[in-house]
Amino acid sequence: MTPNPTIFIPLLVISLSIFAWGCWRRLSLVTVGTGEERFDNPGRRAGEMLRYAFGQKRVVARPFGVNHAVIFWSFLVLLIANGEFVLHGVFPAVALEKLSAGIYHPLALLLDVVSLLALVAVCVAAVRRVASPPYPEARTVEAFAILGLIAILMLASFGINGSRIAGGELAGARSWLPVSGLVASWITASSAPLYYLASWWVHAIALLLFMAYLPNSKHLHILTAIPNCFFRRLEQPNTQPREEFAPGNEFGAARVDRLSWKDLLDSLSCTECGRCQNVCPAAITGKPLNPRGVIHDIKVNLLENGPLLKKGENPSRPLIGEGEGSCTEETLWSCTTCGACMEACPVFIEHVSKIVQMRRNLVEAEARFPEELLNLFENMEGRSNPWGIAPTERTKWSSTLEVKPFEAGKTEYLFYVGCAGSFDSRNKHVTVALAQLLNRAGISWGILGKDEKCCGDSVRRLGNEFVFDRMARENVALFRERGVTKVITQCPHCFSTLKNDYRQFGLELEVIHHSELLRDLVRDGRLAPDTSAAAFGATVFHDSCYLGRHNDVYDAPREVIRASTGTAPAEMERSRDNAFCCGAGGGRMWMEEHAGTRINLARVEEALQQNPDTICVSCPYCMTMIEDGLKDVKAENVRVRDLAEVLAEAVLREKSA
Amino acid sequence: MLIVVCIKQVPDTTQVQIDPVTNTLVREGIPFIVNPYDTHALEEALRLKDRFGYRVAALSMGPPNAEATLKKALALGVDRAILLSDRVFGGADTLATSNVLAAAIRKLHDEFDRVGLVLCGKQTIDGDTAQVGPGIASRLNFRQLTLVDRIVNLDSVGRKIRVSRKLEGRHEIVETPLPAMLTVVRELNRPRYPKVPLRLAAAEATVEVWNNQVLKLDEQNIGLKGSPTWVSKIFSPERAKGEILGDGIAEPAAATRMLIDRLLSKDLLAL
Repeated sequence: MTPNPTIFIPLLVISLSIFAWGCWRRLSLVTVGTGEERFDNPGRRAGEMLRYAFGQKRVVARPFGVNHAVIFWSFLVLLIANGEFVLHGVFPAVALEKLSAGIYHPLALLLDVVSLLALVAVCVAAVRRVASPPYPEARTVEAFAILGLIAILMLASFGINGSRIAGGELAGARSWLPVSGLVASWITASSAPLYYLASWWVHAIALLLFMAYLPNSKHLHILTAIPNCFFRRLEQPNTQPREEFAPGNEFGAARVDRLSWKDLLDSLSCTECGRCQNVCPAAITGKPLNPRGVIHDIKVNLLENGPLLKKGENPSRPLIGEGEGSCTEETLWSCTTCGACMEACPVFIEHVSKIVQMRRNLVEAEARFPEELLNLFENMEGRSNPWGIAPTERTKWSSTLEVKPFEAGKTEYLFYVGCAGSFDSRNKHVTVALAQLLNRAGISWGILGKDEKCCGDSVRRLGNEFVFDRMARENVALFRERGVTKVITQCPHCFSTLKNDYRQFGLELEVIHHSELLRDLVRDGRLAPDTSAAAFGATVFHDSCYLGRHNDVYDAPREVIRASTGTAPAEMERSRDNAFCCGAGGGRMWMEEHAGTRINLARVEEALQQNPDTICVSCPYCMTMIEDGLKDVKAENVRVRDLAEVLAEAVLREKSA
Repeated sequence: MLIVVCIKQVPDTTQVQIDPVTNTLVREGIPFIVNPYDTHALEEALRLKDRFGYRVAALSMGPPNAEATLKKALALGVDRAILLSDRVFGGADTLATSNVLAAAIRKLHDEFDRVGLVLCGKQTIDGDTAQVGPGIASRLNFRQLTLVDRIVNLDSVGRKIRVSRKLEGRHEIVETPLPAMLTVVRELNRPRYPKVPLRLAAAEATVEVWNNQVLKLDEQNIGLKGSPTWVSKIFSPERAKGEILGDGIAEPAAATRMLIDRLLSKDLLAL
């Protein structure tokens, strides 16, 4: 009762050839991308790979993730069984049962049970895809075909073992092959040889088909997802790489070969699970952006243009444009760079950097962008703030206070007020509150006043790297000249840019967001809030993307609010690393929102579900967006307060009492 | 055909301060910008270039640092940028300025390409005279169409231009044969944003500088000597420091009431 190697070997060779050719054909395309350093720190990278690829840490964090983890681990374990199967097909003498019983019996039990788990998991996956798919278009023939193929492999393996048991082989196997033993009880001894032969060949054909199919489909992720976790960005993924501004250079990415090899590997690692689109504020509110679609289009573009580019020919399909395989301009401008997609992606695909690369091409090479941005860009270049207000007005907020200029040696911290804190009438109140708290705590601080310049966050995320580069270099020179080393920011965008982006310009600063500083001051007793003083009622906290997801600061603002009000703020349905953007990041603050519904309204409605009296924020953009949203839904009895205002109320009230 | 655009470097007026002692502009540390109206003239010339393939030259009279203004024009795509700079040009009023600019345009016409159109902003934001454009037209004997907010038609075969002029409460459509001088208003167009490759090329390019050895003008007609008008005094109106009324965040209603009362007391609001 042995399979026939003379038939199996040629089929195996064909399957392996298609597999190898498919792998080569697709994976070699990543070499058309630009260079990017992703081999540094291999130890840490290996750790990340173990945790996220093999540990499936992000996969299991969302519904049906455990199901995927079961399939993933079944695959790894069943590599043993399938290895044996192929070897046995080529050399019939090779068989696991020839191992000693002490090894073989537990191993066989493991394989038998794991096969059942895998079968159950693919059935769950199939039912889920019918009943409640991650997104409606996920019900593809391909998806069901691959689930069916896996189910057939499992059933056939039970058939193989079951028919052998029924035929009298593997004596006593029912105790260490319980599932196959159950199958055996349905097979008569006389029909066992036929069942064996049929099962074996069904298994063989299914396995060979699977191998041939795998690299030529989205299931290539089985091979690419693991290295993709290894090559993940170790620093903050929202810090885009610098560009070099020399005549003759190209700017941004209008062709797929202008993306990095890792960007291209990302596109081949996407399984189209749809988790990114289910958290994307643009996608959820009906904008043309779908982060899964962006990665899919890059892949389609790569598969079509990659072979041409490898031969040195021109690509046939543009990366920015209409149709499958191209991203539309409206898609690219819809992104708030909130990073929810990157946080949700189980295999660390970096959507935002690709979008910014394409924006760079539109802005820098084509000078094509939504017309609202023209003023922004000119104001940034001309007066170093988004509104184009005269720099001399930067200090107007301080008219009621005694504020010192920053002087190295005399003042410890630079309070980098930021454009919103300096010019926006609502946010100036936050600046004053924070300044009063710093004074109360006895912090030594000063400002740059009219010499302060915008950090450049918006222009960088909008793809105007040319202007950002100049602004960053000017700021770095200014900070060096003034001897600035410790910076307090009240805007998470300034915070993230000074902390993460300026490092690329050679400036290492100790940057602290006011939420962290105020938390420390309360902890140390330098600020003593009186929780009975403030009348904020029920509070709910809205996370800023640039403070939370992009810099992992989640607890500090909550602690400040709790210290001020006596109770922890309520949490929205989506909070912390899963928080929903206010809609203003990535330069969206300065753009009209024409398509779909408004992002800030979606967020405000979510906040109102907690019946708050006060919505607490930690970012000037969030402040503007949430206040506007509350006005739109006519919930004017609900207040919006920055956490500095909340704390100031609790700390400074005692003075009058 | 060559289109000449006259542009001027002006101090960013939102940041300008006047020295109370000398009554002159404090120029130290004040950033310069291209006169905003001129950016619309530049844009229109570049649009005509894109459409008809004309060549565009940008001219500016000013001190050597006005080169930056011309580099901006190069970054936007003009073919030639010429700085008219000489000590003897200094201190010029609008008459002397238009003499120098007209001479340069005549030279371009004679030695480079036939000038069909001269475009200027309707006025500068520092001098606000609106005289230099018409002055150039007079010196060159060009037709002049001021306050243009739309070019309706440019007929390069029949050599005539039809434009819309933005007047108070009405528009006027007028046509004139070329060559002509146009001064333009902001409604004419939305200036383009410079592309990075052009910016980088402009940064490397050298701006041509023409002094009076090139233009060979009689010194009685240029600079301070050629200027019949002087500025005797310049000052900014006094403005009292602002005041914050109440607490608009905590008690918006009370703060609004205080504001209304204050406005009423100053007779700035009638109920």
